[in-house]
Amino acid sequence: MLVLENVGLRYDSGPEVLSDLSFAIEPRSFQYLTGPSGAGKTSMLKLMSLAMRPSRGVVTAFGKNTARSGSRDIPALRQRIGVVFQDFRLLDHLTTFENVALPLRVQGKSEASYAADVKELLRWVGLGERMYAMPPVLSGGEKQRAAIARAVIGQPDLLLADEPTGNVDPQLGRRLLRLFVELNKLGTSIVIATHDVLLMQQFQARRLVLHDRQVQIYD
Amino acid sequence: MTSVSDLDRAAAGRTGHVRPTRVSATGRSRKAPRKPGEERRSILRQGGDDKAPSPIVPARSIAGNALMLVIAIMGCLACLSVGAVTLVDRAASDWSADIGRELTIEVTTSDPSNVEARLEAAAALARVTPGIGSVDIIDEAETRALLEPWLGTLASETAISELPVPRLIALTVSDRSALDLAALQAGLDADAPGATVDDHRLWTDQMARMARAMVLGGLFILALVLSATILCVIFATRAAMAGNKDVVDVLHFVGASHAFIAGQFQRHFLMLGMRGGLIGGVAAIVIFLVFQVWVGARRGAAEAVQVEALIGSPALGLEGYAGCALVVFLIAFLTAATSRITVRRFLRGL
Repeated sequence: MLVLENVGLRYDSGPEVLSDLSFAIEPRSFQYLTGPSGAGKTSMLKLMSLAMRPSRGVVTAFGKNTARSGSRDIPALRQRIGVVFQDFRLLDHLTTFENVALPLRVQGKSEASYAADVKELLRWVGLGERMYAMPPVLSGGEKQRAAIARAVIGQPDLLLADEPTGNVDPQLGRRLLRLFVELNKLGTSIVIATHDVLLMQQFQARRLVLHDRQVQIYD
Repeated sequence: MTSVSDLDRAAAGRTGHVRPTRVSATGRSRKAPRKPGEERRSILRQGGDDKAPSPIVPARSIAGNALMLVIAIMGCLACLSVGAVTLVDRAASDWSADIGRELTIEVTTSDPSNVEARLEAAAALARVTPGIGSVDIIDEAETRALLEPWLGTLASETAISELPVPRLIALTVSDRSALDLAALQAGLDADAPGATVDDHRLWTDQMARMARAMVLGGLFILALVLSATILCVIFATRAAMAGNKDVVDVLHFVGASHAFIAGQFQRHFLMLGMRGGLIGGVAAIVIFLVFQVWVGARRGAAEAVQVEALIGSPALGLEGYAGCALVVFLIAFLTAATSRITVRRFLRGL
């Protein structure tokens, strides 16, 4: 599904922040991406979400070498990847409903075709009563759930979540984890970037541990 | 691919506590008996469904009013130059057409003894020349009247024969194709030495050159104004992109193509261009109408007479209005296209 081969990443002419990464995210797999703060988790997620191109090496997404994909092909690949940002990145001028529907809107679908699904998903994540609220008035937990709903509404093959439980209380954190587990069981590969050890203990899964610019894998 | 309903069923089956309490829009429990499709209909009746979706790029994030004012000013200037070009072009055509219908035979008075005889001979020759309509000898009184604006009372006090002023015969052309000017001149050389036929070609050529120069100048000003508009739109688009970096980032992450993102900006700029261009175009037309009313109201006054003598009627006419409308659409199109190209170049650079 997503394969990294000898991937290195540097910003401009600086030193490599990630070196010699070689691993694969298999279909229907579940893994944590962990490591100390500053180890490069966010950079790794940027590579995996195709927001950045590697300085060297090859990233293959859904069978396509991303280095050979032009700006016309990348959006189609990105539509198969859902991303939950640590800072949510909801658009403040759109309602919760419109934020969650955004991936479907950019695919050119009409509101009539997706309204029911978006509303159903919003109810499922507990935002049924907050559909028409604007993000600035949502609590941290509500924003987190809206961000997750936006990431999964397009039924992605791969879901990347950056510290998805970092802004919520432990109880909601557990509920969100269960949500990811259920999504995984329904066929979505999950990568959760976290340094929350308690979270990882609640559901045992493969761990990609970033340390000293490289990744170690614990199956 | 799984649907939301699949997710829901899975969550219900495996992890009851994940799913929050689900209450339909009417407040009825989901488990209450209902007809198939009932809940979906009630969802679609909820507030917000009949609203058009909010623009993804918020209108207020674009320096709208300032840019619209700039576009309006540019549109006004562009329409003024188009209108001025139209007036000058039409006036020049009218002059050329009027002059082209007339000829003049000049009879020199360096030998004053037989001026009248040569005038008569030239007039007689002209009357039998094919293509000539009327032949009218300008007599001394008329000649003096013609000179009076330049020479003042001197012209009326002095016998015209004392001045080295040629006498004129005004001819009108009835059939340009039948007229052979070279033959007429040859006839004049034989019958009335010192008489020359003047078809005002020098004058009309200069007129045409001046009109062409003014039209080119107007088009150059139009090009400058449109270039300035494009530059303003480029700056405004870049500012809008910088101000909406978060929106662009999120759109990228959710898989929006460059064309989609560019389209979101373009729709704002198209509206701005349309509004600004329209305001500018209407303002320019109002200026021309005020000018026209002013000339009409001061009919007979020296300045209005000069304006009318120079450009004829100051009314824009159909082609002037059509030119202004074209400029409005051109500005709207340029604004939208420029913003689209700017956004796409910006995105390619990311």
